[in-house]
Amino acid sequence: MANALVFIDNPGAALKKSSLELLTIARSLGETAVAFTGELNDDVAATLGAYGATTVYQPSVDDLDNYLVGPKAAYLAAAVAASGATAVLVDNSPEGKEIAGRLGIKLNAGVITDVVGVEADGTAHKSVLAGSYNTTAKATTPVTILSVKANNVEPAPAGAATAPATATVEVPAEGLANSARIAARTEKPVSGRPDLSEARIVVAGGRGVDGDFGPVEELADALGAAVGASRAATDAGWIGHDAQVGQTGVTVSPQLYISAGISGAIQQKAGMQTSKVIVAINKDAESPVFEIADYGIIGDLFKVLPQATAEIQKRKG
Amino acid sequence: MKIVVLVKHVPDAQFDRHITGPGNTTDRDESILSELDEYALEAALQLAEERGGPKAGNEVIALSMGPSGAVNAVKKSLQIGAYSGVHLSDDALAGSDAAATSLALAAAIRHISADGRPVDLVLTGMASTDGETSLIPAQLAERLQFPQVTFASSLEVSGGQISARRDAGAFSETVEAQLPAVVSVTDQINEPRYPNFKGILAAKKKKIAALSLADIGVDASQVGLAGSWTVVESAEARPPRTAGTIITDDGDAGIKLVDFLAAQKLL
Ligand SMILES: Cc1cc2nc3c(=O)[nH]c(=O)nc-3n(C[C@H](O)[C@H](O)[C@H](O)COP(=O)(O)OP(=O)(O)OC[C@H]3O[C@@H](n4cnc5c(N)ncnc54)[C@H](O)[C@@H]3O)c2cc1C
Repeated sequence: MANALVFIDNPGAALKKSSLELLTIARSLGETAVAFTGELNDDVAATLGAYGATTVYQPSVDDLDNYLVGPKAAYLAAAVAASGATAVLVDNSPEGKEIAGRLGIKLNAGVITDVVGVEADGTAHKSVLAGSYNTTAKATTPVTILSVKANNVEPAPAGAATAPATATVEVPAEGLANSARIAARTEKPVSGRPDLSEARIVVAGGRGVDGDFGPVEELADALGAAVGASRAATDAGWIGHDAQVGQTGVTVSPQLYISAGISGAIQQKAGMQTSKVIVAINKDAESPVFEIADYGIIGDLFKVLPQATAEIQKRKG
Repeated sequence: MKIVVLVKHVPDAQFDRHITGPGNTTDRDESILSELDEYALEAALQLAEERGGPKAGNEVIALSMGPSGAVNAVKKSLQIGAYSGVHLSDDALAGSDAAATSLALAAAIRHISADGRPVDLVLTGMASTDGETSLIPAQLAERLQFPQVTFASSLEVSGGQISARRDAGAFSETVEAQLPAVVSVTDQINEPRYPNFKGILAAKKKKIAALSLADIGVDASQVGLAGSWTVVESAEARPPRTAGTIITDDGDAGIKLVDFLAAQKLL
């Protein structure tokens, strides 16, 4: 009997760092099983073993991706029953949270989202109200479902690797009924930069970049960072909506957030105020972003960013 | 079409927000209509107007669950243009988590459907601006056994079918579902209208139905702290971030920035 079940959705050729983090947390809860979807290639299977998974479940049907979350929740419910797990861990993506939500109703289980830490008894830590409160919450039900934010534990393999058993889980037919169907899907261009929600460093630009994200991107590349943006910049079409950080964009919690030409409206702050270190570059000394910056520079981003980029390159040699 | 829009009364994010009381719940004294729900309301009004508005039998019903003050979210929705309102309120609802909230809302929607005209569409914002869990649309859909379409950035309804565009991580998607459905919309979908003087006057004549748990056939033990499946054990205010060092660029701020990053071991 597993204690914890980790949902890993279509990882492709390698597991994402956030999945390794879930596996690391799961081990602290006890014996770990994985509910997997998509092609399970040998490398991925070996990594699951290295992270201590004892059983890897796979669905009996392979068209779960053609629907919005309903069938995945149905599959996961069946995998919980098969594994006997009392804690289910999913990632904190919009889809992960929805699967968690539906699964909660199916299993009469409490769901806690946006989790940043889990204790051995399943107590979860999260911050709420745009980072203004730290809370601990707990499910009062036999099964606990947690959607966990990335970047809160260091992924660590198990002391001894396992050779996980595989098992197929029958996906209940009613999971497909009453679900929205995906009629068309286009892949967005990939940037080669780290994923915004998981990046250790984010460099973000706002209306102040005035249509030119060049200096922001160059500093990001010198730091190995992801590029973010304010809504003013994405609404202007200077960069894709995916880059938007904030209440209605991506929530980030990196080690370092560099904000350039962003005023720091409440909706923008909501997405980044749990960053460890915040640096702000803005021409206007009155900008609210300076209220939360650890290091603020009153100046022109078109001078400050290129100079910093050149200096980093010089020091790296 | 009969459309229900979920509208939540939430603490205004422009001010400090507080968690209080034995259940560690949010203080709702300074509350407003959650701004993300305005996009759902606008989407509902557009769908109804395309179909000839109220005269053609369309309905846009703003539904809020919450204490007495929550009726203000319904009133604001009526001023913006919702045709009628429903306020579900009961002392036993206090402290409901997402699971208990979705149970009560599902029962309210069944009640609203019970007049012989079933609800075709439930529209919601992408998240509330207080709890921000985004769980309600999915949990409501599961309870009603409706398809869910979430984070829609465009929406079309024809012939009993809904079609929406959404951004999903690495993909852009077009999704389709049969009505009745639960749909959450993002702030990309439209530009919400403001209440005007005419709307404010008209709102005074619109009906708000007050529902209690007894009206919707829900027992007090199923909702509130008693019916919730999660508890918030503790809540501690984080010390607000304080401003750090602020310098004015004298021509070498980029270099000073790199010194700072090096000192913080961030390079
Ligand atoms: C429902 C809703 C949801 C929202 N969600 C989000 C969200 O998720 N994310 C988000 O970001 N916003 C969001 N917003 C918008 C938010 O309220 C602000 O409008 C937005 O963040 C402003 O972006 P900005 O700071 O880039 O632009 P502005 O407020 O115009 O600020 C630009 C700043 O750049 C500075 N500047 C200009 N030129 C330079 C230069 N050369 N060098 C240095 N500084 C310069 C200026 O001094 C100014 O402070 C939302 C709003 C609503 C209503």
